[in-house]
Amino acid sequence: MLKAESLKKIDHEIAKYPADQKQSAVMSALAIAQDEKGWLATETMDFIAHYLEMPPIAVYEVATFYNMYNLQPLGEYKITVCTNLPCALSGANQAVAHIQQKLGIGFNETTMDGKFTLKEGECMGACGDAPVLLVNNKRMCSFMSSGKIDQLLDELSQ
Amino acid sequence: MINFEIDGKVVSVPKNGTVMDGANQLGIYIPHFCYHKKLSIAANCRMCLVQVEKAPKPLPACATPAMEGMKVFTHSGQAVTAQKGVMEFLLINHPLDCPICDQGGECQLQDLAVGYGASSSRYTEAKRVVANKNLGPLISTDMTRCIHCTRCVRFGQEIAGIMELGMAGRGEHAEILSFVGRTVDSELSGNVIDLCPVGALVSKPFRYSARTWELSRRKSISPHCGLGSNLIVQVKQNRVMRVLPRENEVINECWLSDKDRFSYEGLNSEERLSKPMIRRDGEWQECNWQTALEFVANGLKAVKEKYGAQRIGALASAHSTLEELHLLQKLMRGFGSANVDHRLRQSDFRADGHLLGVPWLGMSIAELSRLRSVLIIGSTLRKDHPLIAQRLRQAVKQGAQLNLINPVDDDLLTKVANRAIVAPAAMVSLLAQVLKAAAELRGVEIPGAVEDAVSQLEVTDVARAMAASLIDIKPSAILLGNLAQHHPRYGDIHALAQHLAQIAEAQFGVLGEAANSVGAYIARAIPDPHIQQAPAANPSSQPELKGMNAQQMLGISETGAVADPCQAYVLLNLEPELDSYNSQQTVKALDAAELVVMMGAYKSPHALSRNYADVLLPIAPFTETSGTFINTEGRVQIFNGVVAPLGETRPAWKVLRVLGNMLGLDGFDYDAPEQVRAEIFPDESEVSRLLDNNLRGFAVESTEAPEGTTSGEIQRIGEVPIYQADPIVRRAGSLQRTHDAAAPVAWMAGALMDRLGVRLGDSVRVKQGGGVVQLAAARDDKLPADCARVAAAHPLTAALGDMFGPIEIEKL
Ligand code: SF4
Ligand code: FES
Ligand code: FES
Repeated sequence: MLKAESLKKIDHEIAKYPADQKQSAVMSALAIAQDEKGWLATETMDFIAHYLEMPPIAVYEVATFYNMYNLQPLGEYKITVCTNLPCALSGANQAVAHIQQKLGIGFNETTMDGKFTLKEGECMGACGDAPVLLVNNKRMCSFMSSGKIDQLLDELSQ
Repeated sequence: MINFEIDGKVVSVPKNGTVMDGANQLGIYIPHFCYHKKLSIAANCRMCLVQVEKAPKPLPACATPAMEGMKVFTHSGQAVTAQKGVMEFLLINHPLDCPICDQGGECQLQDLAVGYGASSSRYTEAKRVVANKNLGPLISTDMTRCIHCTRCVRFGQEIAGIMELGMAGRGEHAEILSFVGRTVDSELSGNVIDLCPVGALVSKPFRYSARTWELSRRKSISPHCGLGSNLIVQVKQNRVMRVLPRENEVINECWLSDKDRFSYEGLNSEERLSKPMIRRDGEWQECNWQTALEFVANGLKAVKEKYGAQRIGALASAHSTLEELHLLQKLMRGFGSANVDHRLRQSDFRADGHLLGVPWLGMSIAELSRLRSVLIIGSTLRKDHPLIAQRLRQAVKQGAQLNLINPVDDDLLTKVANRAIVAPAAMVSLLAQVLKAAAELRGVEIPGAVEDAVSQLEVTDVARAMAASLIDIKPSAILLGNLAQHHPRYGDIHALAQHLAQIAEAQFGVLGEAANSVGAYIARAIPDPHIQQAPAANPSSQPELKGMNAQQMLGISETGAVADPCQAYVLLNLEPELDSYNSQQTVKALDAAELVVMMGAYKSPHALSRNYADVLLPIAPFTETSGTFINTEGRVQIFNGVVAPLGETRPAWKVLRVLGNMLGLDGFDYDAPEQVRAEIFPDESEVSRLLDNNLRGFAVESTEAPEGTTSGEIQRIGEVPIYQADPIVRRAGSLQRTHDAAAPVAWMAGALMDRLGVRLGDSVRVKQGGGVVQLAAARDDKLPADCARVAAAHPLTAALGDMFGPIEIEKL
């Protein structure tokens, strides 16, 4: 179901916990699966449940609790902009408006070419760097002025 | 012990006790939703907030550990303000649809809202709405009402052993659901209906059929498995509307299996027989009782005259009451025949002359929870005895070891320490290996009775591990399940288990298949007069006849050959083609008989269409008669009828009384069922004296696997599906729509399928004896080689023969 290298990474995570507590690795396993597949389909979660010997519903509970897990297919790049108050006071709304206008999509939408999905995020603990956004949960971009946004989108469009 | 104070009253609780425990002890009520005495503490509803001296803010009573000298106030201003605040929050998203909610009248939220809620809401914003889920045929959902107490989730994880429900999402988006579109299939699932403190999970079969306050609550006892769960049967206008558990900590605790809870639908089935019927010239006609009983009496007399009383037999279901079984055997013995039996699914009766008493659990049900090691032989325990399985599951969680010898490897939803999944024929030798290993480990001699059988055996590792588990971990027990009792070598299994128990110093029990399995022996619904010394009140005025057992009555002799069957049968609460070991031969014998009297609650479609029956007498099921069941631990439980008999239905004890008198027999003048019971045992303590699982002088035969198994012959594993076990549950519509009631298929391991050239889902022709049925093939690689699991007790497989033994399968 998952590629051998993903399984290897998951095994590595499992090894961090006692043998009878495999399920402790569920969050990392979901993240690894998502890295490979881009999102978490029902079958993927089922597979992980099986792999970690836990009930599928328990995997689902975790996957639905954290919003960095994508339960729907998305564009190649997920851009999550923080819109909480400190960021909002420092230009987050302008940043959002700029991205929306540039990509022609709103929140929770994906561009026609399947490249970008735009998401609204909560405080990322980097209020001093506002406005901030995240690319695919992993790459943090700070001080996102319109210029820097253009630069980022150009780079990602390559 | 920790001493502290609640509302000025001193209480002491054990270490790790909570404030809630103390309050429960004092009888002080603290409002709560998520707390449940049988579940882990979640502390997520916050309804139980109380004031604690020196604590800066209110604390949840359910999760606050008691501390020495602590002072708790449950009704102080601070506590009540906190509780009211929580209630206001809980009601924010609650739909307040009590007028159309089934839970109305028995809803904890409704009750507590009266005490702690405001009379109107300050919340004017939009409420959230949660989509309902389809959880299957038993549980109906209204998820908007859910208050997220997670009792249902914890029940699955902790009690049922399978987490089928979970809480997905977070905060406002949290909702209870099953994993993407799955149903809840646990055999204990109905308990979440009781647990849910609001109307989010309600009973689907009962839904919208009555308001709870219109129902009267009557006590009863479950007629299904040997546990004898205590029931509250709720009745409206002389109709059973639903069944709830009656808490009894030493039997069913506060739970019920789905079978006990939902089988009542079968009582209101269309197939209920409401008038006596006689078949004349091939036509079924309704008639009055007088005509029917005269027909029966004359018929029995005629057969006696023509063939002798020895050719008359009575077969009864062990789901019948003690009184019914007693009168049936009394009638038969009075009439000159000791052919009485209730063990229709048993095939090996060699132990009969050796049994010292009535087979029983060998311990109390409550003791099961304290076992540290147990060996189960021949049972898919969670389907045969759902709540006994639950008790053992809890024991395993506390560290007990479960060992299993069984031909099928269904998930028991608990950890199995050692398992041996072997063909039915190999179960005997496996058990013998455990015995041998145990004797070696303890350094004792192998008893003479089993010596021949075990001397040549090689002991496998798994057998040694089982023996070690039983010997090293105490208390330990060996339990024989339903499948062991149906096994063609039950006598050997029984004897080996007994000797093993002696060697390992373990307890030894037989799990009662039916509600009255123990009672049927006590009532002497068995042919052998020696099995049980007649109790004091049963003077030896009756001649000590030796009768035929169920198999012999049906024309199957010890060696399997067909012998002389009876010419007249009286059947009590049976559907013979579903309730017997060899349905094919049973129907053949009934077809050939001159007279077949069926006493039962249903117009059995088979009996009508095959025409083997001559007369049908409508008798009352457990809800319409008083009676007694003796459960598998030997507990005598007396119950009364909860509704009036349907139509012209009569309690069977009355019918048998009249019949006894019509046949001119003495001692059939009873006025009340109590008199019948008093005749069986004057006082209940008599019962425990009669319980004894031991065999005397029974020599175990060689445990070599019989020839034939190596030549690729396919062996049938014919177990009884959970919702096919008795006539009532077969007609419980909602249970029949569950996964557990799916139509039987021919399960085989992949290797066997390859050999036969069949693929998953192919139709196969299954032949046994002269019977052929067509089933779908299904794959289960955990089955032993060359075995096919083909369920018995189902109309689709009723044309087949023995529940175990050779069977032919071919591709269509
Ligand atoms: S469905 Fe009922 S039992 Fe389950 S969490 Fe909601 S309120 Fe509690
Ligand atoms: S509010 Fe945006 S990072 Fe904290
Ligand atoms: S009962 Fe204590 S928090 Fe729910």
